[in-house]
Amino acid sequence: MRHRSLLILTTVITTGALTLTACGSRDDKSGSDDSKKGTTVVIGVDAPLTGSLSALGQGIKNSVDLAVQTANKNNEVPGVTFKIEALDDQAVPATGKANATKLVGMKDVLGVVGPLNSGVAQSMQGDFDKANLTQVSPANTNPSLSQGDKWGSGDKKRGFKTYFRTSTTDVVQGKFAANYLYNDAKKKKVFVVNDKQTYGAGLAAIFSEEFKRLGGTVVGTDSVTVKETDFSSTANKIKSSGADSVYFGGQYPEGGLLSDQIKKAGAKIPTMGGDGIYDPQFIKASGEANDGDLATSVGFPVEKLPTAKKFIADYKAAGYKDPYAAYGGYSYDAAWSIIQAVKAVVADNGGKLPDDARAKVTTAMSKVSFDGVTGKVSFDEFGDTTNKQLTVYQVKNGAWVDVKSATFED
Amino acid sequence: MNELPQQLADGLALGALYGLIAIGYTMVYGIVQLINFAHGEIFMVGGFGALSAYTILPDGTSLLLAIPVMLIGGAVVSVAVATAAERFAYRPLRGAPRLAPLITAIGLSIVLQQLVWGFYPGAKSPVSFPEFTGDSFQILGSLHISRADAFVLAAAPLCMLALGVFVSKSRSGRAMQATAQDPDTAKLMGINTDRIIVMAFAIGAAFAAVAAVAEGLDKGQIRFEMGFLLGLKAFTAAVLGGIGNIYGAMIGGVLLGLAETLSIAYVEHIPGMAQFGGGAWKDIWVFSLLILVLLFRPQGLIGQRVADRA
Repeated sequence: MRHRSLLILTTVITTGALTLTACGSRDDKSGSDDSKKGTTVVIGVDAPLTGSLSALGQGIKNSVDLAVQTANKNNEVPGVTFKIEALDDQAVPATGKANATKLVGMKDVLGVVGPLNSGVAQSMQGDFDKANLTQVSPANTNPSLSQGDKWGSGDKKRGFKTYFRTSTTDVVQGKFAANYLYNDAKKKKVFVVNDKQTYGAGLAAIFSEEFKRLGGTVVGTDSVTVKETDFSSTANKIKSSGADSVYFGGQYPEGGLLSDQIKKAGAKIPTMGGDGIYDPQFIKASGEANDGDLATSVGFPVEKLPTAKKFIADYKAAGYKDPYAAYGGYSYDAAWSIIQAVKAVVADNGGKLPDDARAKVTTAMSKVSFDGVTGKVSFDEFGDTTNKQLTVYQVKNGAWVDVKSATFED
Repeated sequence: MNELPQQLADGLALGALYGLIAIGYTMVYGIVQLINFAHGEIFMVGGFGALSAYTILPDGTSLLLAIPVMLIGGAVVSVAVATAAERFAYRPLRGAPRLAPLITAIGLSIVLQQLVWGFYPGAKSPVSFPEFTGDSFQILGSLHISRADAFVLAAAPLCMLALGVFVSKSRSGRAMQATAQDPDTAKLMGINTDRIIVMAFAIGAAFAAVAAVAEGLDKGQIRFEMGFLLGLKAFTAAVLGGIGNIYGAMIGGVLLGLAETLSIAYVEHIPGMAQFGGGAWKDIWVFSLLILVLLFRPQGLIGQRVADRA
């Protein structure tokens, strides 16, 4: 019988081991080139640089890199050279926390851009708050990150003074999606699926509530597990529920498979999701046609903003291997807001960095205001962006095409 | 509409996939009492091998012609990796304490995953895999079975049949049984046990390659990390059926697949259990089932007692 317990024990150990070994393995070196004149300020980046969400993570990293290079080239903050330190969180909260500790420990880091996932952000906020280190996420959309757990009942409370974001929240996104699906797409019976993560479950709940408020029916709900691939049972439930549309709160790896399997099960109905599924990989990685599927994403299409022309041209010129993806513009703006805050702090201190630079930068963040890639960038009293632009995209002939852009008004 | 037949069919297809992978765990465990945790990665490598074989074929090759090539390509790669792993990673540790080869297996699984991640073009994100075109087969009106499911539902019993005949009838198969029963005596009787062990790894790997092709055809994509979760599920299936027993692996797999799909579909309809249903609770029910089985039959559903062996 000893073998049996060994079997069970090893299962547990392996699960743990495989999760832990996924941690980053970069060497610690920061601010080592003091030989150059002037001060070096490091902007940390935390995003999934590997794994199935790496398409988005690489776009974030490159866009921050572009912002830093632009700042250095223009001598945006005289006497200060910016550098980036990019860490890979693999979309795992525990890894994100380890990265946060690491970034806090590097004294030249005055701001961090990231992470991509709301669940990862949750694990990092506390560390940054204690260290007074500013964090600007280009992609987190879960409202509780900035407005506290009780935001739903109107009792909004900012939990972490160091947390900012350039993306709109799921409250705005979920309601916007419900409005579009009910009023524009004329769908009345929706089946809601989520991936049990902070982002997906939150978004799905906000969507359902608004859809019901508008007069639609939620005919069923289900959850899927991240990294699994077989959702045929859920697909069959959706088919027999008689729904005329599906809303998926989650990311594109599962979303793409779910949409395929729903169609394979014989239900020719569109799947709608949030910015998590708005990625070329949603369509590309699986063969079945996704035409008709919908996604909302924060902001107007970067390609259509006049302010973004320079960003796109510069990004191309820099020759990055991966595209800027869904959050490129927001990442650039996030990095730029940190650079602007550093600029304000340095200007206030007679051209030098003060000793308590981190705290000063955090305070300066709330006053940042500039015209960025995605429009006007500034933060409200919760650290959320004041920019509430959203767009609905639809898959047409194997590509995402924007079908409706609007500024959300509650 | 009654969706039970559909859910059963899907559960069966998923279970057959688990079963095919579980064979690899169970064969190796049956003969050397090693839990080869790298087997999930052997499965994954088989998928990438099959995809490489497919890309070599001229464009426009019919998928029905391509599948045998993909199966061979996948099997060649995964068998090569598995036998190399046996030769260079596990054989030197054969006399070592149990924990050493186990840790090696975990290390190997990380190495294989990262190698594919780092060196296979485009493997840093999910890679497209050829899919069947055309509609699924309609049976009795509402029941439809996708072509990929049909593939795995046909491949799994065929593979099991071949394996059963091989183990019980062929000379090597009987040598394998003898080695499993008592490696030392088998050696004294003139059986080349090293060869038998390599064979066990190779057969498991070939089955994993078939499973990988089935998974790729079904989902239309393969990923460098897909071996981890599926491997863990298959390992669970092997334990459920009785690790060391090849039929147990397949039965365990099918049972696991059915339990997963049925718990998603039906637990929420049991009065008072609505909040415990759906995909969120699937793994809870499946592992409760595993615990129950192990409580009453610690050797698994049709496993043999192994305690007296070591």
